[in-house]
Amino acid sequence: MYFFTGFSNKDLYHHRINYCEFQHQVSMTDVVEELPLSLSNVKHILLILSGKGGVGKSSVTTQLALTLAGLGKKVGVLDIDLTGPSLPRMFGMEGQSVYQSSEGWVPVTAYDNGNACLKLMSLGFLLGDRGNSVVWRGPKKTAMIKQFINDVQWGEIDYLLIDTPPGTSDEHISIAEQLRWAQPDGAIIVTTPQNVATADVRKEINFCRKVNLNILGIVENMSGFICPHCSECTNIFSKGGGQQLANSQKIDFLGSVPIDPAFVEMIEKQSSSKEQLVTLYERSSLAPVFESIMQKVFDNKIPSRV
Amino acid sequence: MSTDVANDTKILPPDYELKQPEPEHCPGPESDNAGKGDACVGCANKEVCESLPKGPDPDIPLITENLSQIHHKVLVLSGKGGVGKSTFTSMLCWALSSDEDLQVGAMDLDICGPSLPRMLGCVNENIHESNTGWTPVYVTDNLATMSIQYMLPEDDSAIIWRGSKKNALIKKFLKDVDWDCLDYLIVDTPPGTSDEHISINKFMKDSGIDGALIVTTPQEVALLDVRKEIDFCRKAGIDIIGLVENMSGFVCPNCKGQSEIFKATTGGGEALCKELGITFLGSVPLDPRIGKACDDGQSFLDLYPESPTSEAILNVVEKLRDAVGDT
Repeated sequence: MYFFTGFSNKDLYHHRINYCEFQHQVSMTDVVEELPLSLSNVKHILLILSGKGGVGKSSVTTQLALTLAGLGKKVGVLDIDLTGPSLPRMFGMEGQSVYQSSEGWVPVTAYDNGNACLKLMSLGFLLGDRGNSVVWRGPKKTAMIKQFINDVQWGEIDYLLIDTPPGTSDEHISIAEQLRWAQPDGAIIVTTPQNVATADVRKEINFCRKVNLNILGIVENMSGFICPHCSECTNIFSKGGGQQLANSQKIDFLGSVPIDPAFVEMIEKQSSSKEQLVTLYERSSLAPVFESIMQKVFDNKIPSRV
Repeated sequence: MSTDVANDTKILPPDYELKQPEPEHCPGPESDNAGKGDACVGCANKEVCESLPKGPDPDIPLITENLSQIHHKVLVLSGKGGVGKSTFTSMLCWALSSDEDLQVGAMDLDICGPSLPRMLGCVNENIHESNTGWTPVYVTDNLATMSIQYMLPEDDSAIIWRGSKKNALIKKFLKDVDWDCLDYLIVDTPPGTSDEHISINKFMKDSGIDGALIVTTPQEVALLDVRKEIDFCRKAGIDIIGLVENMSGFVCPNCKGQSEIFKATTGGGEALCKELGITFLGSVPLDPRIGKACDDGQSFLDLYPESPTSEAILNVVEKLRDAVGDT
């Protein structure tokens, strides 16, 4: 487990901080070296990470899930952004709740056509009112993530996508620790093109390397906005930052996703539509972009965990 | 004479090692109940916690003392990431410090993703130490900043810290940074409602926080998280100065046509303010040049004073100054 050391006097004196707390030290009493049972029928596990907030981790997670479901896969989505869960809103599932069976929590089903399915688990489903805040310090967040990994009844799932909050702190240390024996396929890193964002994302890449999490590639989100009036593309958050980051860090570049206000609108208006979100999304201009991103992930040919 | 931090044990956070992460219902190693709670039975940390000093935090009076010469303390908050908290903090600092009579300080509490140094154009600076504490980095004569970025061995070192360690650093920022006399201390925060937010409120409560400035973007997915932040402020007893809607509307530089990038399907920030009874400070439209100015660490307000975005920002700053009673 982890050693909590505070700052050493020497570090402070030199104004240089010992910046890594992720040193595993196996404790004598609490060794969990086995795979959580709840993940035993999950074929692939992907994490969606970014050091920066608001770059579109949740929207990328949503679109990857919709793409996979559209391809006929069984998909599970786990939201470990505990203080700002957005996935219930993304999938139009606000107000739904999970219930406890004898074998654990049953996730919310957003889509099921007999073959493909989409199951969700988020803290948002456990809150009474959507405006309620979850004011938790680290230990409680750690405990919650542990429960999310161990006690959710995913059943047979092809892909489990894990959406994370920004940063490299409690949630990230905890999920890396919980998945240490679960052999996740790896992480998809999301960034926006501007330097301020890629600087934070480089920190996240360092985190992945530190905890030995494979990086599948980088997705550049919000790269360019196509004006609906004149079809001129403006690079609101500059351009090419994701590709440059991928080159400099020797990571695969999976693709750039332009800003499409129609996607936000589709998400917001899904409740009034008769069609399922998976079907609506197939007509979105972003669907081919994500299909190609997913194809690049498939090309890694990572074997099923099961 | 310079104090040797290495030998001065008083200014360091209590030095202890936990043998395992704190359990779920941990009363907190620094609380009165440390080692005595129900969750402590069988916890490997029980003995460590029991032996720690108890009682009210002796550092809080020191923090209050250190911050006593700061007139206005403003938190910039948002439940959601990437809505422009740091951008707005930097704009606020540029705007306030353009008045040479004002002394302004900016403190970056986003420990895992510090962006303020880059936006203020001082990313490669170092923190210096003097007999009065850590000297912040001065961007201009009247604008001081503090961020963990100045202490990293490399630009992209990842800070992989659990909450308890972040809290200890925040305490140091408040207690040991030599802010001197300031008219404004602007505190930039990370997204969420967790350790950093609980700590800053706890540590600064006695010094008096003027209030929080909430930043949001217009779409409901962002407003949802912002509602949570407002709920947090109310629970924690932090006054809300007002709410700013950022990235509302975009004017195409080619055809001047207006469009909404982040559609306010539920009425955006203004409707949220009405619903919750909060002052709406204004909407700031998106200008693609703002991202570039922030990347280069330059003041957007100085570069493009004619942009409607600059106008909107200055407007908000004016309202903010009125709200905290600074004329």
